[in-house]
Amino acid sequence: MSDAIHTTVDAKGLSCPMPIVKTAQAAKLVPAGELIEVLATDPGSVKDFAAWTRSTGNSIVEQAEDDGVYRFVIKRA
Amino acid sequence: MDDKPLAIVLFSGTDDKLNVAAVMASGAAALGRPVHVFLQYWALDAFRADRIKNDHGLAAEAGAEGKAAVEALRAAGQAPWYETLAMAKDLGNVEIQACSLSMDVLGIEEKDLDPLVDGTEGVTAFYIAIGDGQILFI
Repeated sequence: MSDAIHTTVDAKGLSCPMPIVKTAQAAKLVPAGELIEVLATDPGSVKDFAAWTRSTGNSIVEQAEDDGVYRFVIKRA
Repeated sequence: MDDKPLAIVLFSGTDDKLNVAAVMASGAAALGRPVHVFLQYWALDAFRADRIKNDHGLAAEAGAEGKAAVEALRAAGQAPWYETLAMAKDLGNVEIQACSLSMDVLGIEEKDLDPLVDGTEGVTAFYIAIGDGQILFI
């Protein structure tokens, strides 16, 4: 395990539920403890990622919004 | 997480309704819920291998403004519903079954259907397959 980003999911411009679907797909290939970075522009992704991580056991370790782009760093359970 | 199956009884064959069905299916798949899609009537017709990529129109309430909004999303690169469904199948446990009554009504055989469709079943098999899962009718 390291603090470096293992995988980045660029979901900018994609509408619901694609940011979550693409992240869930990517997460299958990411080992436990590693970090996934997600970039999204769908405002619904804030609540969606909160719900998805709660339900799947993954955790959001960083979250920010800059000029309409949401960035989440998710630790793989 | 509640992993009760989600059943989507998909009756409507317009692109807007097919798209929301694909959205609901893929969202549930991302949460690890089993999804069972049951295709009836006009939805089943839209899954014919030679028609799946056609323009299936929009629900009557869309109007000109709604049509323009959907076309703008499409132009912006939104994945078509059948690609979203393919992604959902790849991601999780998503099964798509054709309703056998609808197959008879429309004169469709399994070989006429897109490979996204896993098989044909009657309503009894559908209820047994979904157990005490939730049902959405679209």
